[in-house]
Amino acid sequence: MTAMTGNTTGAVEQRTGSGPAQLEIRGVTKAFPGCLANDNISFRIEPGEIHALLGENGAGKSTLVKMIYGVMQADAGELLWEGKTVTIASPHDAREMGIGLVFQHFSLFETMTVLENIALAMNDVRDMAVLRQQVIEVEKTYGLPLDPDRHVYTLSVGERQRIEIVRCLLQNPKLLILDEPTSVLTPQEVDKLFETLRRLANEGCAILYISHKLHEVKALCEHATVLRGGKVVATCDPRAETAKSMAEMMIGQKLLAPDRGVRPAPGDVRLAVKNLSLVSDQQFGTDLKNISFEVRGGQILGVAGVAGNGQNELFQALAGETEIHGTPDCITLDKQPVADFGPRRRRRLGAAFVPEERNGHGAVPDMNLAENGFLTAFRRMALSARGLIREVPTRSFADSIIKTFDVRTTGHGAEAGSLSGGNLQKFIVGREIMQDPGVLVISQPTWGVDAGAASAIHQALLDLAAKGTAVLVISQDLDEIYAICDQVVVMAAGKMSAARNMADASIDEIGLLMGGLHDLGANPAPELNGGQNDPA
Amino acid sequence: MIRLEPRRQHSQKMIYLSPLLAIVLTLISGAIIFAFMGKDPIEALYTFFIMPINNAYGVGELFVKATPLVIIAIGLAMGFRANVWNIGAEGQLTMGAIFGGGLALAFYDSTSVFLLPGMFVMAAIGGAFWGAIPAWLRTRFNANEILTSLMLTYVATLFLSYLVYGPWRNPEGFNFPESRAFPDAALLPIIYDGTRVHLGAIFALLIVAGGWVLLTKSVVGFQLRVVGQAPQAARHVGFRQKRMVWFTLLLSGGLSGLAGMFEVAGPIGQLQPSISPGYGFTAIIVAFLGRLHPIGILFAGLVMALTYLGGELAQIGLGLPSAVTGLFQGILLFFLLACDVLTKYRLRFGSVSKSGEPA
Repeated sequence: MTAMTGNTTGAVEQRTGSGPAQLEIRGVTKAFPGCLANDNISFRIEPGEIHALLGENGAGKSTLVKMIYGVMQADAGELLWEGKTVTIASPHDAREMGIGLVFQHFSLFETMTVLENIALAMNDVRDMAVLRQQVIEVEKTYGLPLDPDRHVYTLSVGERQRIEIVRCLLQNPKLLILDEPTSVLTPQEVDKLFETLRRLANEGCAILYISHKLHEVKALCEHATVLRGGKVVATCDPRAETAKSMAEMMIGQKLLAPDRGVRPAPGDVRLAVKNLSLVSDQQFGTDLKNISFEVRGGQILGVAGVAGNGQNELFQALAGETEIHGTPDCITLDKQPVADFGPRRRRRLGAAFVPEERNGHGAVPDMNLAENGFLTAFRRMALSARGLIREVPTRSFADSIIKTFDVRTTGHGAEAGSLSGGNLQKFIVGREIMQDPGVLVISQPTWGVDAGAASAIHQALLDLAAKGTAVLVISQDLDEIYAICDQVVVMAAGKMSAARNMADASIDEIGLLMGGLHDLGANPAPELNGGQNDPA
Repeated sequence: MIRLEPRRQHSQKMIYLSPLLAIVLTLISGAIIFAFMGKDPIEALYTFFIMPINNAYGVGELFVKATPLVIIAIGLAMGFRANVWNIGAEGQLTMGAIFGGGLALAFYDSTSVFLLPGMFVMAAIGGAFWGAIPAWLRTRFNANEILTSLMLTYVATLFLSYLVYGPWRNPEGFNFPESRAFPDAALLPIIYDGTRVHLGAIFALLIVAGGWVLLTKSVVGFQLRVVGQAPQAARHVGFRQKRMVWFTLLLSGGLSGLAGMFEVAGPIGQLQPSISPGYGFTAIIVAFLGRLHPIGILFAGLVMALTYLGGELAQIGLGLPSAVTGLFQGILLFFLLACDVLTKYRLRFGSVSKSGEPA
């Protein structure tokens, strides 16, 4: 393959020619059994344009991308590439044509180097030395610093994403598709990514940017196509819209901001973690280093941070999935040391937990909702007697969750796996809240959940805290943390920053902490010094 | 290239229909095989599947054979539900027979009514002990219970051989490798005259009922299912996998041991080098054919029992080798698994893209 020269000449042609669109989609339709994923979708992307594809989960974005990238074929409609009708039979074809795709989830081998990972994904590699030269050149041109010889497991998530982008750029893309690229980045990394994308667009590369983060779309994109229920429901210029107006286009109804109400005065400390250190049992997990924090009754504490910085290990330690023997008082629930307790004893003391993954962790997908309600609640809600399941109360418990939390389902007999992400999450959150917990630890409460369900969950968490429960929210989504939390701590590389009040915490400061700047310890950045030493 | 594509929706009906479909397909392939062997397929199938049960004695024999299969399969199904793969029921059955039979031989002139209940207890202990070894190896050293339980089967059968060739050989038995005949007080009473149906059949029904309550109504059964279906969710709520390994291996071992004792205290009446035509292995098929559900297992046990009877008649009436029983059981399992795969996946013909697909 030829290196960057092809791209530059291509770019010149594209800038001079004002002819056909880089990609035009005409009336594309794709149906799956029981659902019309894409219904007569049309839009066009010009060379050099940054085009946003907006929509909630399940709106049909991924299906559309899979068809553009040749993973699936449309049932009807056509794709025009530079004005000509094309059939894209496979991802291989798509790459040959000049379509690059950066996935939301990376496909990298942890134990191999950056260069080796890039070589693996190329259609043909003749000479590693030449490839190395090309990689370095691309990195320099687009401001993507990355040592080709580092092993992937030593890299941050942002750096890993750079590998994927470099991979795509090496193939001379004329259209670059990014699927939720910023969900794993710190705000500073997002800015850097945007610079790269703007430079690419200036050179004539068309960019299809898929996201549900509206302020990013507003900052980056010139056009937006909004999908809802598989249809194009709106097109707009994001620069002329507000995040709220675009959100309303996405969900098709008025957006209700969570009502924080009058926040109660913090009560007693209900969950306290003191000098918690833990070696991860996963090969590439993150060890927890000397973590301390407290959550008081009525308070919502947010744990911000890029995924993979120890949040999973923290959640497991709090939920009792990992028991810590020897130092039982490093975790206390209402002053009772519990670090060596299993999940059931912690729940008996009034704690409740909601893990990030719904299917298979928070719920058993092949079991029905009545059984899934029983799963964590059978002791606190007295759903069992003499070792037997009490069927009637079990069913009515599930019914009351379904009713109170507006879970859209056919009833308590529906299998958990048949519910949409948002509805299942409402059920799981509802299951824990209905048990009236004294402490609730919840990880990524609205991950992959539609906006309607997300705002319902946020409201439920606020209401729960208002009743005196201590709530810990582990989230990658800073918007979420700003929307509901009273205080925030930041995790990076298994360490945790001191807590600060939401009102005093600027997004820049949190971003720097997410990037791991408090690692510097003795030599913190000057503007951080005050925050570090002054716990809110 | 052919590939399997997951179906988006599994048909609940098909999950229960697939065992029936497998049986029908087994009959069709059986007919074809008989035809190739030069037998009239209709007559052969009649001999195999109808003749064994066209009289009261034959129906009784069906229950006699189904009794151990059902009892063992109930225990195995509990383990399979929790992803604990006890393949060594045959060995646990043998140890149950040795422990229970040993008690009968120790009191060979007894007439006590407590002898039989004592044998029940000893048999359950013997089988559970043989199940405890793989459980311990699995929980302590993470040794695969499929291998350990299977290997222990051979230890158990050789141990039985040692006993009946050696110390437990009948002193008045003309050097035949057999124990003394059990005393009457150690034999299971016949519950229907003119057949060999014994008390064990009643116990099998009770065990089916108990298994059904355990699996569908009890908290322990719920834990079993969660551990099997979603190990991470089980860990999240504190259902301990190790405890389930112990529970299911002790339970299935104990039930297998009981089944072994029912054989030696029922139809056989003494200890011999061979006390089971592979009930412990066939019960694995019974468990799956019955969808790991106690009620299903009851019917599946009767079906598999029929293949044993049919195999015997086919040897006598058609001059077929005894391997024909294993052949039918194997074909049935094959079709069952194939039907299950096709219930969950559909076949797609055509090539996969060279460069692979994204997740």
